Amino acid sequence: MNQYQVSPAEKKFIGSHLLVAILALAVGSLFGPLQAFEHAGWDFYPYLKPLIKSYYQGLTVHGVLNALVWTTFFIMGFLTFNVIFGLKRPLKNPTLNKVGFWLMVVGVVTAAIPILANQATVLFTFYPPLKASWAFYLGLTLVVVGSWVEGWGLFMTFYAWRKENPNERSPFIAFASVVTALLWQICTLGVATEILTMLLPWSLGLMENVDPQLARTYFWFTGHPLVYFWLLPAYISWYAMLPKQAGNGKMFSDTLARLSFWMFLVLSTPIGIHHQYVDPGVSPTWKFLHSMFTFGVFFPSMMTAFTVVASLEHGARKNGGKGALAWIGKLNWSDPSVATQLLAGILFFFGGIGGLANASYNVNLVLHNTAFIPGHFHLTVATAVTLSFMGISYWLVPYLTGKKLWQPKWATIQAWTWFVGMIIFSNSMHVLGLLGAPRRVPLGLAPYVPAEWNSRLIQVGIGGAILFVSGAIYLLVMLKTALNKETVEKEVEVPIAESMQDPANTPVWLDRWAPWIYGALALIVLMYGPVLFEMISNIALNAPGFGKGPIW
Amino acid sequence: MSTQKMHIDSYERNWMIVSAVLLVLFATAVSVAAFGLGIQVPAPEQRVDPRTVATDPNSPWSNPGLREVAPGKYDAYILARAVPTWEYLPKEMTIPAGSSVSFYVTSSDVQHGFKIQDTNANFMVIPGQVSKLTITFDKPGTYNFICTEYCGSGHGVMYGAITVTP
Repeated sequence: MNQYQVSPAEKKFIGSHLLVAILALAVGSLFGPLQAFEHAGWDFYPYLKPLIKSYYQGLTVHGVLNALVWTTFFIMGFLTFNVIFGLKRPLKNPTLNKVGFWLMVVGVVTAAIPILANQATVLFTFYPPLKASWAFYLGLTLVVVGSWVEGWGLFMTFYAWRKENPNERSPFIAFASVVTALLWQICTLGVATEILTMLLPWSLGLMENVDPQLARTYFWFTGHPLVYFWLLPAYISWYAMLPKQAGNGKMFSDTLARLSFWMFLVLSTPIGIHHQYVDPGVSPTWKFLHSMFTFGVFFPSMMTAFTVVASLEHGARKNGGKGALAWIGKLNWSDPSVATQLLAGILFFFGGIGGLANASYNVNLVLHNTAFIPGHFHLTVATAVTLSFMGISYWLVPYLTGKKLWQPKWATIQAWTWFVGMIIFSNSMHVLGLLGAPRRVPLGLAPYVPAEWNSRLIQVGIGGAILFVSGAIYLLVMLKTALNKETVEKEVEVPIAESMQDPANTPVWLDRWAPWIYGALALIVLMYGPVLFEMISNIALNAPGFGKGPIW
Repeated sequence: MSTQKMHIDSYERNWMIVSAVLLVLFATAVSVAAFGLGIQVPAPEQRVDPRTVATDPNSPWSNPGLREVAPGKYDAYILARAVPTWEYLPKEMTIPAGSSVSFYVTSSDVQHGFKIQDTNANFMVIPGQVSKLTITFDKPGTYNFICTEYCGSGHGVMYGAITVTP
């Protein structure tokens, strides 16, 4: 077998992605607890006035840095690692990937300046006619374009590998990473169209007005598959790495793991209208059709749940695990990289159920834009994804830097505090939403808050405080690891769970790209074509922008 | 190479069947609620020009408020706005119990939300579009309606109330 060594330059390149990601998380996570504290009646924003002007500026920083920057940089770094390590070959064109990375960095800085100057307090959904400084939209564009360029670098590398190995099955982690990068290229066409045809020229003064309903539709074309762009890298780790770390388990089914990635590629985009069930300008027929397809994309997640749990159980039973559930105790809980990801998976189960409720057409009437929604996505992106990425970094950072993980015991405490803090925070947010509390409101000040919400609002603050401590421990562990004088004796072993069946026996149609890509595009044309055609042919550019001054 | 068959473990096959059945059940429940019980989501109603909707004398939103169109049946024209300040016009409405109210809500500036607490009324308010939903109020009491989409610093104080008298 080809023993390719990931070179120091490649490690440095991947590590730079993680560095930006963790810096973004450090700043963004300062503000999360501030929102939670405000809900509990402990409002710190007045003291931040010289720096941060308002609750909403803080919320914008939190959303943009945590949900967009931390995720995108970590993901591009992790996918790059998976492609190089999985294919056991260098990038085909490393310069191209470097260009992509630096475009992303320039983009983040360009968008961060107006956000910090309170010129882009539009939250991470930036719905027009809220109007931010042009630099905000330009920055976002550069981040997306940079991630495309990095994606092209990964595709070229995969293609080169295929030419060199025409008859081999693609290694799972590389295959799944390229599917994830491809999903991102397809789905970001929506937000790219929104920014390039409306928001950027509009903010530059080249266009007077916009059509907010059309803009929302472009946004959610990207907004839902974005969730899968966040989630799939965590799935890669859960499928192909975690079983190995947790007890030397093997991946239960290579075939179904690949099938589920293809299903995500095909099904995750043509369902975006389930975020627009209560929009006035979209017909109920399309809302209903998208809701039915949304149930479809739940299927590969159910398959993932089975394969991942079966793979973990396989390892645990080999190590003497018994009983229907008692084997769970035999998993390697003392490894912080394992504990984080197992706990992330447990909370994701509840996140999935909540997601199903949101997606259920008329059930959404009860939940839309209530506190239930941030309650939900703090279980998904802020736990299933974020806590898993933290777990990955507990082995990946030592692997990349050659430094020993500082105090693994503290990393384990970090995993559990996140788990407990998030249960308290998220549960109370879900309940508040069901009681009718809106999202994106400083509820500590809202005049219509009934007394029955109060105990839950306090719990939001307590959950936020525990999460703050957990986040601080994570940053401390990362910082101390980066500065650690103790180095690893030999290169950290990359955890790879081999498949139980020989991947060579996986049907060859699961290693063909064209049919799945055509299928994905065809379904998008079918599910979005008529909606967008109607909206664009009836476009009404009549909404002028409102920004700093009247709005914030 | 072309001889490989897809291998699926029997436990996994059963799990997939159960998952599929569950999802079909959920989809059926949602469909029955939508088409059998008539719990529907908003549909396109009318488009307006957000720049003139509050000022054009021919626009019902230049004089927002409650109109009784038949005994016990009302149309409520509501303007949501952030400029000059965050408010709904009108802010308060009173109707007798048993009334059916069709809400027609639009915005003259940015996006807003409209959620009447303890009812199924919950929708986006988007400049250029009119959101419509009809609700029957059987139980007397005060129903707050609140803004559910970020619309600027005053988002959290944007609300109104419907009083249902016995």
